Amino acid sequence: MKSVLPILTIVGAILLIWVVAVIPMNMHLTADQAQRDGLVVTPATPAERQGYSGLGLSFANPDLIPLTYNLDRPRLPSPHQVAGEMWDTIALRNVTSRQSLVYHGWVTLSSTLVGFVIGTTLGILLAIGIVHNRAMDMSVMPWAIASQTIPILALAPMIIVMMGQFGIQGLLPKAVISAYLSFFPVVVGMVKGLRSPDAMQMDLLRTYYASASQGFWKLRLPASVPYLFASFKIGISAALVGAIVAELPTGARAGFGARMLVGDQYGNPLVTWAALFAAAITAAALVAIFTAMERLTLRRMGMAAA
Amino acid sequence: MTADTVISAQGLNLTFQTNDGPVHALKDVDLDIRKGEFVSFIGPSGCGKTTFLRCIAGLETPTGGTLTVNGMTPDQARRARAYGYVFQAAGLYPWRTIGGNVKLPLEIMGFSKAEQAERVARVLALVDLAGFEKKFPWQLSGGMQQRASIARALAFDADILLMDEPFGALDEIVRDHLNEQLLALWARTEKTIGFVTHSIPEAVYLSTKIVVMSPRPGRITDVIDSPLPKERPLDIRDSKEFIDIAHRVREGLRAGHVDD
Ligand SMILES: Nc1ncnc2c1ncn2[C@@H]1O[C@H](COP(=O)(O)OP(=O)(O)O)[C@@H](O)[C@H]1O
Ligand SMILES: [Mg+2]
Repeated sequence: MKSVLPILTIVGAILLIWVVAVIPMNMHLTADQAQRDGLVVTPATPAERQGYSGLGLSFANPDLIPLTYNLDRPRLPSPHQVAGEMWDTIALRNVTSRQSLVYHGWVTLSSTLVGFVIGTTLGILLAIGIVHNRAMDMSVMPWAIASQTIPILALAPMIIVMMGQFGIQGLLPKAVISAYLSFFPVVVGMVKGLRSPDAMQMDLLRTYYASASQGFWKLRLPASVPYLFASFKIGISAALVGAIVAELPTGARAGFGARMLVGDQYGNPLVTWAALFAAAITAAALVAIFTAMERLTLRRMGMAAA
Repeated sequence: MTADTVISAQGLNLTFQTNDGPVHALKDVDLDIRKGEFVSFIGPSGCGKTTFLRCIAGLETPTGGTLTVNGMTPDQARRARAYGYVFQAAGLYPWRTIGGNVKLPLEIMGFSKAEQAERVARVLALVDLAGFEKKFPWQLSGGMQQRASIARALAFDADILLMDEPFGALDEIVRDHLNEQLLALWARTEKTIGFVTHSIPEAVYLSTKIVVMSPRPGRITDVIDSPLPKERPLDIRDSKEFIDIAHRVREGLRAGHVDD
């Protein structure tokens, strides 16, 4: 595993920046707390301290630095606080509890997966249409591209409200938004994959007097598989983002998005950060699953993984 | 044109309309190929060798003249699966085994499973690839891949084999070996072969008829019927007849090279 070292290096660098940033980010809050606890703080009043930057205040009060890492409601939580919150809400809670991130994760993941399946199916069907039908080739692609230029943040509440009008709530509206985001990379990748056989390959089939459907099943479809997996990996992450975004504007009570919002609204950044990291880990895990499937499939097909 | 004529071109023309104006890829081409002949097309790049082969295969439509294959139009012949075509690149499907690749035309043409298996085994043996059926293309050398693509063209047993510089990308030693094998295969199967090359020794060694072409416009400048016997060991290339034909081919090529 040659890729581990560079990844660890990046993770280490990010952690370092994070750990250092916690000090100035939290120093004003720490100083206020320290003052309430009767410690010596310079300058002595919050009003005076407003004139200082976080960094300046840190230099003025080096003794307070350790305290910046353990605030109850920090502006920027420290890594160990986020890790503690995640351990608490993932490992220690019953998975059916509303306090459990596993519960919220499953809520988001289920609409992600449903949306991904819908989006992928739609994407593949559109790609097949585009490759085989000139009218679709000319008409569908511009619309597909236009669809992705609309900010999903603007669209998500509309979709949810409109579907709510018809009594459709819960998983499905979120899945629709996931599908909306994930169909596009699949269309693009699949069109490219289905068109990847070169002129010689197509001529070879003509010499056999092969039908269009034989050309599809025997040449175009297998040739598109590597492209399809690349699209899957982009599509599944997009679907996850879609599901989270769909949870944000609607006051959803469950899901990663709901947790992020709750943490924000109740001034509990630990909750937000834990949900954020859990979502990132979920995305990484989904992509890793597709990478493993890709390896396996391509090896089965006799094609070395790209 | 006689009774055993397989391919017949009369006054064949093909002009490509390009952005830089018309390109006369073929001009007034007359040629008859009889059953069982091994015909090589030789000439510099751009003289229309590929285009002529593609016209025979019905992959390109002439803009003038007549062309028949087995007495039909090239397109009818293509639909009747009258020929096997070998491209310059082997073009094997990486996701199919060698056996699976050879099976491709058989699946498309609807041969029964049993017959597919039997034919795959037979043609792979014919090109000396028995035992490689379950290997994937990347596990084979370039020469072996090209042999597999020849097996693929032979699998459905068309009477005509069209080959466009099939050994062009291979080194000379491999090429000599494949030439020998191709001659043996031709002797055994009695197919009519159209073979594009730009190697003079290859053309002379293989052919019963050598068609010399020249570019701008693409046309035939000489047709040489080879006096060499059908049985040709590699050292026939040192014989006087061989050298004489090679000389005549070279003269033909030089005559076509007027302006550059
Ligand atoms: N599809 C095409 N469109 C336009 N010009 C072409 C096309 N195919 C071949 N030509 C031109 O026709 C001429 C003959 O090409 P080709 O038959 O490939 O030559 P050769 O195989 O002898 O090298 C060349 O000038 C080439 O550029
Ligand atoms: Mg050519």
